Amino acid sequence: MTDQTPALRLEGIVKTFPGVRALDGVSFAVMPGEVHALMGENGAGKSTLMKVLGGIHQPDEGQIIVSEVPTVMTSPLQAKSKGIVFIHQELSLAEELSVAENIYLGELPLKSFGRVDWSKLYAQTDAILEKLKVGFNAKTRVGDLSIANQQMVEIARALTVEAKAVIFDEPTASLTDAEKVVLFDVIADLKSNGVGIIYISHRMEEIFKITDRISVLRDGQYQGTVVTAETNEEGVTQMMIGRKLDLSRAAVTHDVGDIALEVRDLSCGQLYQDVSFQVRRGEVLGFYGLVGAGRTEIAETLFGLRNPSAGTIHLDGNEVRINSPADAIEMGISLVPEDRKGQGLVLGMNCRDNMTLPQVSDLTAGPFVAEGAEIAIFDQYRDKLDIRTPGWKQTVGNLSGGNQQKIVIGKWLSMHPNVLIVDEPTRGIDVGSKSEIHNLIRELAAQGYAVIVISSEMPEVLHVSDRIVAMYSGKVMRTFTSEEVTEDNLIQAISGITAAPKVA
Amino acid sequence: MQTGKMTPYIKTGAIWAFVVLELIFFSVAGEFMSLSDKAFMDGDNMLLLLKQSAPIGIIAMGMTIIMVNGNIDLSVGAIFALAAVVLLDSMSWAAFAGLGDWVIPVSWALALLTGIVLGAINGLIVWKTGVDAFIVTLGSMLGFRGLVFMYNGENPTSELNWTLVDFAEAQFLGLHTATWFLAIVTIIMWYVMTRTVHGRNAYAIGNNREAAVNAGIRVGPHILINFMIIGFLAALSAVVFYSESGSVNPNDGQLYELWVITAVVLGGTKLTGGAGSIVGTLGGVLAIQLLRKGLGHIGADTETVNLVIGLILIAVLFLDRQLNRKGKEELKT
Repeated sequence: MTDQTPALRLEGIVKTFPGVRALDGVSFAVMPGEVHALMGENGAGKSTLMKVLGGIHQPDEGQIIVSEVPTVMTSPLQAKSKGIVFIHQELSLAEELSVAENIYLGELPLKSFGRVDWSKLYAQTDAILEKLKVGFNAKTRVGDLSIANQQMVEIARALTVEAKAVIFDEPTASLTDAEKVVLFDVIADLKSNGVGIIYISHRMEEIFKITDRISVLRDGQYQGTVVTAETNEEGVTQMMIGRKLDLSRAAVTHDVGDIALEVRDLSCGQLYQDVSFQVRRGEVLGFYGLVGAGRTEIAETLFGLRNPSAGTIHLDGNEVRINSPADAIEMGISLVPEDRKGQGLVLGMNCRDNMTLPQVSDLTAGPFVAEGAEIAIFDQYRDKLDIRTPGWKQTVGNLSGGNQQKIVIGKWLSMHPNVLIVDEPTRGIDVGSKSEIHNLIRELAAQGYAVIVISSEMPEVLHVSDRIVAMYSGKVMRTFTSEEVTEDNLIQAISGITAAPKVA
Repeated sequence: MQTGKMTPYIKTGAIWAFVVLELIFFSVAGEFMSLSDKAFMDGDNMLLLLKQSAPIGIIAMGMTIIMVNGNIDLSVGAIFALAAVVLLDSMSWAAFAGLGDWVIPVSWALALLTGIVLGAINGLIVWKTGVDAFIVTLGSMLGFRGLVFMYNGENPTSELNWTLVDFAEAQFLGLHTATWFLAIVTIIMWYVMTRTVHGRNAYAIGNNREAAVNAGIRVGPHILINFMIIGFLAALSAVVFYSESGSVNPNDGQLYELWVITAVVLGGTKLTGGAGSIVGTLGGVLAIQLLRKGLGHIGADTETVNLVIGLILIAVLFLDRQLNRKGKEELKT
């Protein structure tokens, strides 16, 4: 960091979407030759920020400053021409084309009459590949390369311009350990050439291994920048999930009943291993951990969307096999999925049809759907859950996030499930509706439902759960009762620190 | 979002507005350009038009549910031909010689069963292999057509049963037999799509397959049933048509799949699934038949008719795209 001019500086970036303040005054600077980590839980605003940088979204307020020149980004291609290059998590390569064609896609060197200058193309490409020290050449078909090497092609693409800042979005998500070493070498190379690097990742060990500074976002707000060497995993985790949680538990007291669901030594390949827990009727069991800890995958297994590789599932004491969601529903297991719009709702259908979708085959009069019975169910749960909609005919896509979530919850409640699993109950829901959903979850437990809540938000999980399962990288680190749990021991558990009770 | 809610109505309404426009246009133009003295809107002419809509129309009702599912069936023309061959050939089988006119229901049943079985083959492959319905039915289109040729080579299969011809040519309450079949199929499919669980599930699967699976809908069997429905309807269409004509050429029914899909798409069903209606499809079927007949009425030849229908199809899909674009935020691709 000899040069005092930042390669890329963000100043007070604000971006709002209807109902959500996705970015709220984000400012930080990336120096040339610096690896700058950008961290935050899902929904913290990292992707929105990247889209603003790439010109896909325009900021409502604030400035993007490249080498001290305020710049308006209009498209990823234009951003690239300004020296801002993205290496995306999801690769966007044309598999049937050669490495060279991919790298110079849209900018192939030409000879007269629009003919491609192949020899120049291959020469230029090989020169770049040499710098990256990769084991393939310009003519290799991209589809024949490993994921890691495809990523190298993306990186090579970044090197065709004089890059000022390169943004890596979860680059190691699908890499093996050996491949990571190669990637980190390339990043070190870029760094020594004075390129500023923004490195987005959830993986703490990588962050601490390769980055110089860390900036943290939470709920769209910039939480600050720290020097990597001066902090530790716990410190960063606290910045990501926030402190000063002042959410007292709603004073609900009720009896806890029999064990509704028990899971013994359940494993699913690399996703999670040897997971055991029980949920009783009248109890909310919280699952807490960082992204990738395996929580959602457990829920998907219980709902019949994944087959476990080992272990058993018991409902009311009987071992069961759950092969499909239809099986799960029959056994009384319901899932309110993480991705409400993609997995939970048929957005083009109306409120009533969405709410009765799983049980409509039981609501018939002769060959026809008994619409009266459907409307009765809809009305009952609209009142019970306080769903605000002009009427059952309203298309679900037009409702607010909170009301959509209530439709999904109502859909399952109306079938009186034994076990209700709620994955990220308040994702993308405004603050007011959040507490409504939280109260609803507590109420359901009081009514005798066995509820599993999966959440990435610590206040939420502390607020609604009777017991909390802390997960880290596919394993259950510890199960807390509500008396035992504190922010500190929970943060330690989900950071993978279990041995020492005190933090060094 | 508001447009998303309104478009189904606009689209269903639009195709019927287009049907009315055609009627007016051909009536007026017919006055000046037609070689015949009869008005275009002549009663007999209109009844004939409905009858001629039946073969495509009956299949289009099945294609609607297939396409609302987000699938497609390209093999309907070949199923149509194979069912016709089974119908006409089985009437002369020695085994049925003693049945007299009772051979008619037996042959009908055989032909319809053929359609259901061929549809089930399509559906099972789509369900069990997960291969795209477009590819599966492209293959079965060629395969089923091959079976037609294996049956009787290049020769037509013929069998005239006068009782059957009388039945097929009959008019009840003014409408021809074929029109009645179209009407009954339309009403039943309308009820299936709007009033039954099966129809509800069809829209849910086409709209968001993942959410449908998560709601416990068994998507595979659902898709299988839809392919059996369209197989049955393709065979029914053949049965109704060939009861009258009594002779099937091995090339009959070719390009039917494209006419059927054209009618369904004109009627507002989305190629990506999730939206579409039987009423719209009926409008699409009539719009095409009106164009064919109307352009013929004012003296255009077949080539011109095809050219005009092609242009209209593209114009309609362009309009549809304009209506469905979610504002300027949509990614440019």
